[in-house]
Formats: sequence, structure tokens, C-alpha cells
Amino acid sequence: MRNSSDSTSHEVVIEIGGIPVALQTTDEGFVSLLESRYGNYLKPGGASEFEFKVEVVPAGTFHRDDDVKVWLQDGEWRLERGDFRATWNPERRRGEIRHSVNPYSIDSVLRIVHTLLLAGSGGFLLHASSAVRNGNAFLFSGLSEAGKTTMARLAPQDAVLLTDEASYVRRVNNQYFAYGTPFAGELGEPGKNISAPIASLYLLKKAAENRIDPVPPAEAVRRLMRNILFFADDAALVHQVFESACAFVATVPVYQLSFFPDQRVWELIG
Amino acid sequence: MSYFDQYVSKSPAIASRVLGDETIVMSTVDSTLFTLNPTGSIIWECADGITPLSRIIEERVCKEFDVTVEQARADAREFVDKLAAHGILRISDQPVAESAP
Repeated sequence: MRNSSDSTSHEVVIEIGGIPVALQTTDEGFVSLLESRYGNYLKPGGASEFEFKVEVVPAGTFHRDDDVKVWLQDGEWRLERGDFRATWNPERRRGEIRHSVNPYSIDSVLRIVHTLLLAGSGGFLLHASSAVRNGNAFLFSGLSEAGKTTMARLAPQDAVLLTDEASYVRRVNNQYFAYGTPFAGELGEPGKNISAPIASLYLLKKAAENRIDPVPPAEAVRRLMRNILFFADDAALVHQVFESACAFVATVPVYQLSFFPDQRVWELIG
Repeated sequence: MSYFDQYVSKSPAIASRVLGDETIVMSTVDSTLFTLNPTGSIIWECADGITPLSRIIEERVCKEFDVTVEQARADAREFVDKLAAHGILRISDQPVAESAP
């Protein structure tokens, strides 16, 4: 944390996927919350690529039951949900967030902002757990109850967990990398803040025995698209995500991993 | 005018990619995905808005697959109607300029 030019304002820089985002706030309670939640992802005193002014508002300020809505208006992204309102101008690299003090709102805003950032550069956030083993990253994808957290829990000691919930995929020089994220699922623990080239993506299916089968490209794209986190109501960005999914499938092997939930499944990985 | 004398063109609100011998098409309006088999992929590829469906069937589908014109027409009609119902393909009795990528 560092004090910004205004002596009552604080700045916390959170770097996820190698992209530092600064959150500026006058609320010290919120600063404490950020520091405890994003510990391994803080970049104290570091430069940021994007900045958000955060205003903490009383609980119940917004309509609590509103679903998430994300849209582009006059060159500015608008993000709304029952517990937050946010704007982000990608050209000016600045935005504003209003939410109550709780760990979930800022977590959701960060996820949405990163999905927007990634969509423009061939990457995406994926419903997947991921881990690094022998220098390579392996992704385990599926919707709720597919076994993402189970695969994370069963990981052997030599595997480093990147996340059990939302995998961060970036394309760098036509190669795909997975990054650790603080976005935790049932495991309740942030991933390690490291990255590694992605060796393969496994689409999870619980079964009586362990087995790996290749997935044909069109089916892989269809199933990958189902698991990419995307919130924006914007045809151009949807188009970009589709292109990203196709390019990913053309580069990274995609398999179906049928697995029985015990540690033996990891004998097939890495 | 016969159904097969009409012209088919791709909606501008789609994204598509050829993957192997299949084509995957997505509506950018509602993110619905369609996987086209090899026959559907040929019709899709030829849906330029200026080639009548009958020519696509006779000159491409029947030549590349071992299928009668009657059977190819029945399959093509089902395929075109399905995609048109989702707004992915457009059917016109006049030639139109292709607007999709």
C-alpha cells in the first residue's frame, strides 16, 4: 500500500496475470480487506497499468437482487450488479467503482475487468482449476460439480496450484500461458502467483475409471466456449472470444479426462 | 419460384471458423453455437447470396458426396431452414451481397 498525492487516499496495486491494477480508496478498512485477500498478488509501490477509484458505500445502496450487466456505452464499460456499480474507460485506463465493504464485490469487478482485458488480447478466464507440474501448466475445466476443486485437492506435492476455480489464460508470442489467480472456489485458497506454458486442457468428466481421450476441434471449441467466463453484452467482444477459443484449440491439445476421484488420476498428468 | 431457386447468405451477426472438415458457427447475438457437418460446411461456404441453392447442391454437394439430387435437396432444405430459423442464414428470392466475414 502507498499513500497517493491526497494524504487521506491509499493505493493498492493488485497484479493478476502480469497486469497491475491500482485501487485507490480513502477507506482504511477496505485497504485491510484488500491486503488480506490479495496478499500474494499485491505489488507494493509498483506502477499500474489501470487505475480505479473505489468508493465504499453503505450496504443496501443498490438493488441487491440485480443480475450482473456489462455493456459498452460511449467508449466506457459499465458494470452493474446488485452489490456494485463501476465504470471503466479503457482508453484513459481509469475507472470508478462503488460498492459496500465485502470481499465479493471487488473480486467480481476484478474478474470482469480482466475478462474484458483478456478478450482484446486473445486470452480468457476459464472455469477451470489449474496447476503447474514439471514446468508445464495443466488446466481442468468444467462447470459446477465437474471436479475442478477435486482435481486441485488430489494434486500431488510436486504440483503447484494456480487456482481451483478460474484459470487465467494469456497468449504471449503465440504461446499460451496459465497464471495463478486469487480467485478461489470451494478450496478457499488463492493460487500461487506464478505462470507456466499450458501443456494441455482437460475437460472433466467423473467416471468409474481414469481415461484420457482426445476431443475433436469443433467439439473442443464448443465445450471451451461453455466454460469461458464472459459477462459483456457486446457482439464485437463475443466475436473476439470465439476467435480466441478457436485459436487456443488450434494450439493447445484438448482432451476429455474421465476420472475416478482419487489420487491415481494424477498419474496420467504431467 | 422454387425453394431451391432462392439465394442463401450468411448473417452479418455471426462468427465462423473451419476446424478440420467441420465448421463451427456462432451467433454473436446470443452466443449460440452450431457445428456444421461436411455437407453443411459446403453449403455454408457457398452461401454467398449470389449463387442459387440449386447450383450449390448440384455443383458442389452432389459432386463431392455420393448422394442423389433429391436426397441432397431434402437435407439442404432441412439445414437451411434450421439455420435461417436461428437467424444464422438468410434466404432471399433475389441475389444479395454477402455481408458476413
